[in-house]
Amino acid sequence: MRLATKDVTWAVGPATIVDGVSLSAEPGEFLGIIGPNGSGKTSLIAMLAGLRRPRRGTVELDGVPLSALSRRHLAQKLALVEQQAETAERMSARQAVELGRTPYLGLGHPWSELDDAIVARALAQVDMTPLADRNWHTLSGGERQRLHIARALAQQPRLLLLDEPTNHLDIRHQIGILDLVRRLDLTVIAALHDLNHAALFCDRIAVMQAGRLVALGTPVEVLTQRLIAGVFGVEAAVERQENGSCHIRFHATAGALSG
Amino acid sequence: MTVRRLSTRASFTLAAVALLAAALWLGAAIGETAIPLDVVAKTVANRLFHAAYPLDPIDEGIVWSYRLSRVVVAACCGAALSLSGVVLQSLLRNPLADPYVLGISAGASTGAVSVAILGIGGGLVGLPLGAFAGALIAFCLVSLLAWRAGSGAAAIILAGVAGSQLFHALTAFVVTKAANAEQARGIMFWLLGNLSGVRWPDVTLALPAALIGLALCLSQARALDAFAFGRDSAASLGIPVRRTYVLLIGVTAMMTAVMVALVGSIGFVGLVIPHATRMLVGVRHGVLLPASAIVGAVFMILADILSRIIVPGQVLPIGVVTALFGAPAFAVIMSQRRTRL
Repeated sequence: MRLATKDVTWAVGPATIVDGVSLSAEPGEFLGIIGPNGSGKTSLIAMLAGLRRPRRGTVELDGVPLSALSRRHLAQKLALVEQQAETAERMSARQAVELGRTPYLGLGHPWSELDDAIVARALAQVDMTPLADRNWHTLSGGERQRLHIARALAQQPRLLLLDEPTNHLDIRHQIGILDLVRRLDLTVIAALHDLNHAALFCDRIAVMQAGRLVALGTPVEVLTQRLIAGVFGVEAAVERQENGSCHIRFHATAGALSG
Repeated sequence: MTVRRLSTRASFTLAAVALLAAALWLGAAIGETAIPLDVVAKTVANRLFHAAYPLDPIDEGIVWSYRLSRVVVAACCGAALSLSGVVLQSLLRNPLADPYVLGISAGASTGAVSVAILGIGGGLVGLPLGAFAGALIAFCLVSLLAWRAGSGAAAIILAGVAGSQLFHALTAFVVTKAANAEQARGIMFWLLGNLSGVRWPDVTLALPAALIGLALCLSQARALDAFAFGRDSAASLGIPVRRTYVLLIGVTAMMTAVMVALVGSIGFVGLVIPHATRMLVGVRHGVLLPASAIVGAVFMILADILSRIIVPGQVLPIGVVTALFGAPAFAVIMSQRRTRL
């Protein structure tokens, strides 16, 4: 599925958060969105998910504006993993994942054994089957995030949106989750924090700065020393690997926070 | 697996209905004049199935005309308030939300009193409709206040406290300004929750309100489940958030308004019963909603029985009984919640 934005703008009061961004994720692609804090990544993801209606511009799924699709229909095509969504309910890990079946259930469509199987598979995909009956509140931040991803997978989407999905994960699960997500036969759009993860997993990277899209291309094209200095304000050396990917080494500079 | 799930569900349902029937039965038997349980059963058989058991007409009259209508309305009231509590707590994601705390009951009282004493609506608007208008106005006002005060769990509760105070004051103002002494006494008693005046015509309002309320809430059970991780999460799971809000708040206001118009505003039921039921049956609304309705109904019937026998020769306002038992229960539940989190 192809998800595309045309000139989308989002503003809160007088502050423009996302400013005229046009980009598209092609079918099967892993598109990363990077940028410093406050650059508009989360708001852009929210518009891509249809949660915020752009002030200007449109978001289209296979050429159809999101505003023309019903919420239920959209939820069967597109799943979102938010940053740290929390609950006060005393639910089990499995119950949290079962919520992913919501867009398929209704009066004529009760819970079935197929739903059980889909939930079990989603739990297995994120390596959470042994903890499936644990109470949500006894799980670590990383385990909760994996369950959110399992919940999204239980939606059986064609397109997965992730907002900094690896924030609370230890390094093994950071790599594990991104690798899993990449191997799925899905179009993925993910806001990412770690530039090396972006370099390692993304087919293309979009760079946001102060609400604008300032670069879009393959990791090798985008992640240059000059761009990293300009957007993130840090000195870095970009090393080409033999397999064609790139690796970024950051240098500690005294003026990083004052500049 | 599914078959076993169905059969456990069926046996739970059966047990719950039996519990409710037992409570109704007891409620009709216990009172100032104790009436044997078999007389209650025979009265019901006589009236519903023309069984023609020979009974003392006074006993039969007490059971049929006073006690049964009263317990049925008590049950409906308990069920409706518990359902409202479940819905508000899940929708607003706030463990303290219930119609009483959020000022919806107070608004309904003001609406009902305005119709009863000031004659707003010129006799065309019934008490329940006045209460419904009051309930909706109160909820809108409280939401607006909470929205202005900023997001966060505390904002809506603080707004609710302010709203309840305002509507209590308005009610008191209307009562002292326009009512005569006898009216004022009656209204003050009604405001604390009073089932004494309940007769069969009230059942024809209370029972449909509770049943339709239950059906509408159940139709949104999966939507309520989806709110577990917040509004955005619900929306991304395919729930039309705004439509769900409007429908469920409307249902809650309707149920609260009908119950307030019939028996006054009763606290703690909508707050405590949902928490207690969640501990028993878990968080899935498909089970939680009907279970809360039954537990609330049974609790209210028991509270009504206590209100009749706690002080011999006198009937306490039922709101006093629910608060006497509800407040400590709530304290226990909240402290347990804390240790668990």
